[in-house]
Amino acid sequence: MKLPFPVGKADFIQGDEAIARAAILAGCRFYAGYPITPASEIFEAMALYMPLVDGVVIQMEDEIASIAAIIGASWAGVKAMTATSGPGFSLMQENIGYAVMTETPIVVVDVQRGGPSTGQPTLPSQGDIMQAIWGTHGDHSLIVLSPSTVQEAFDFTIRAFNLAEKYRTPVVLLTDAEVGHMRERVYIPNPDEIEIVNRKLPQSEEEAKLPFGDPHGDGIPPMPIFGKGFRTYVTGLTHDERGRPRTVEREVHERLIRRIVEKIEKNKKDIFDYESYELEDADVAIVSTGIVARSALRAVKMLRENGIKAGLLKINTIWPFDFELIERVAEGVEVIYVAEMNLGQLYHLVKEGANGKARVELISKIGGEVHTPMEIIDFVRRDLK
Amino acid sequence: MRLVSAYEIRDKYLRKDMLPTIFCPGCGIGSVLQFTLRAIDELGLDPDKIVWVSGIGCSSRVPGFVNFDGLHTTHGRALAFATGIKLANPELKIIAFMGDGDAAAIGGNHFIHAIRRNLDVTVILINNFTYGMTGGQVAPTTPKGLRGTTAPYGQFENPFDIAQLAVAAGANYVARWTVFNYIQGINSIKKALSKEGFTLVEFLSPCPISFGRRNRMKTAPELIRWYQQITVPLAKAKKMKPEELEGKIVIGEFVDRDRPGLVREYMEYIKRAKKMMGWEE
Repeated sequence: MKLPFPVGKADFIQGDEAIARAAILAGCRFYAGYPITPASEIFEAMALYMPLVDGVVIQMEDEIASIAAIIGASWAGVKAMTATSGPGFSLMQENIGYAVMTETPIVVVDVQRGGPSTGQPTLPSQGDIMQAIWGTHGDHSLIVLSPSTVQEAFDFTIRAFNLAEKYRTPVVLLTDAEVGHMRERVYIPNPDEIEIVNRKLPQSEEEAKLPFGDPHGDGIPPMPIFGKGFRTYVTGLTHDERGRPRTVEREVHERLIRRIVEKIEKNKKDIFDYESYELEDADVAIVSTGIVARSALRAVKMLRENGIKAGLLKINTIWPFDFELIERVAEGVEVIYVAEMNLGQLYHLVKEGANGKARVELISKIGGEVHTPMEIIDFVRRDLK
Repeated sequence: MRLVSAYEIRDKYLRKDMLPTIFCPGCGIGSVLQFTLRAIDELGLDPDKIVWVSGIGCSSRVPGFVNFDGLHTTHGRALAFATGIKLANPELKIIAFMGDGDAAAIGGNHFIHAIRRNLDVTVILINNFTYGMTGGQVAPTTPKGLRGTTAPYGQFENPFDIAQLAVAAGANYVARWTVFNYIQGINSIKKALSKEGFTLVEFLSPCPISFGRRNRMKTAPELIRWYQQITVPLAKAKKMKPEELEGKIVIGEFVDRDRPGLVREYMEYIKRAKKMMGWEE
């Protein structure tokens, strides 16, 4: 397949552009969106590329329609993505729930800006962490990835598609205006260097009759896509294994929702991803995600130079969250600092994970500026005094 | 042509394990469903290549009862989902089964934009002037002065004329009938299903339980008589003065044109993109 951008070599591009290119290499052939800063460049890149690879790109009337369209496209058998920022992401929440309930693989990119409401359109934030995990109503689970660099924005986008297909679930790529608009060197691989996962399709009549069952015992039913003669009925109502609405029986609801949640939670080891730096002998740990993790890494190095044994835990997967890992880290250190661009969202997860084994402190910054390493260092020094 | 019995239509197209339907006595949705299935049958369309899409409400439960691929989505969003299905796989024919609140209130924006794009979809719209499933609240189509649970003293807002809205937004085919216009209804659906682009057949459909009961029309026959009073065929309406048409609803075929549909426009767009980039084979 001829591609509209160079592959097999490095390029100097924005995070948003990297996400668009990665989506195309991951096999995305349907993009629906609505313009919003700082995510519009993803759409604009898709607008240039998609028609050239025989994909669909369409500007919908709003964000609700955008996510609806990609869910429809996914049921028609095509990998699909939309991208937005906080206010648009809020509008999408109802249909994110629909995608969870109907087990539809889609990728939703949220390039975070300062909020709430219209907030700071052009400035970065990490204020949507809770919204990404818990924004939609009801008991549910989905997957949230958080890149720190433009290279990671590229790599995690491919991973987002693979995880969506593998677990039949919506995946949120949660990045921010800083990563989205920053230009960095990115290696764009050849298509044959990339591992691509495609959804399971029914292998028999029996499997096709249970589009929401568990024929393989892994909690992930094969997906009978439209137009293949499977005659599948898909509903956001509580449904049985065959997809029939069963809205008042407690057991049916419980069986469905527990399976949907557990197919994610039980595979936490496969989905959760992190990097640690000098944590082995650390007295203090800094936990961070996204763009802030880069300042935190620098801070850790400088703290070490100044005789404070610091280590970094960089969270790449925000959900499902590995609480046990945090507890293990907490057992080895005196204090955990959570540096994030909000008033404490990752903090709550870390505090729960630490389980009282270590003190957990929040290094919070809002207003659209990333923490400088010195700000993190100053906080740690003051706190340790 | 042989008249196919209703039993044959039922056995051929309905999911028997889903029966009985959730519809109330006197409801018109079953009739419109039958018209639609008869139209599909008479046209000889391949059921494997038809996807039924719906939002929320009584009429939106229809895709569950028919043995086709179906997507029962969120309130008002059926046409946005349909846009994705159709563009992702243009060989699928999409039927959107919607209600008046679903299409014209919460889904109003999706409705006008799907029409503006000329999305290739056939909308079968059940207009019963009320939110039936949630218990008879007023809808954007409720005639002025009639009652619903959220306007117990009579609706004070102006109603939408959904068919005229669709004509103005640019639909390729728009017709409106009552559920008692059996032949016209089936013929209109057949025409709608055979055309490219956005096609809409609106049916005034009785809802005695949620709507009629609150407006001194407790039974379907009473609603039928009311429809006979308030509807005027298009040809006759053309000769009537505006004041004579006050409070009336015109029925008939409002537009039948052949503007290119969204799929065709997008295929051309792909060609244009490749040409502009010098990619043409």
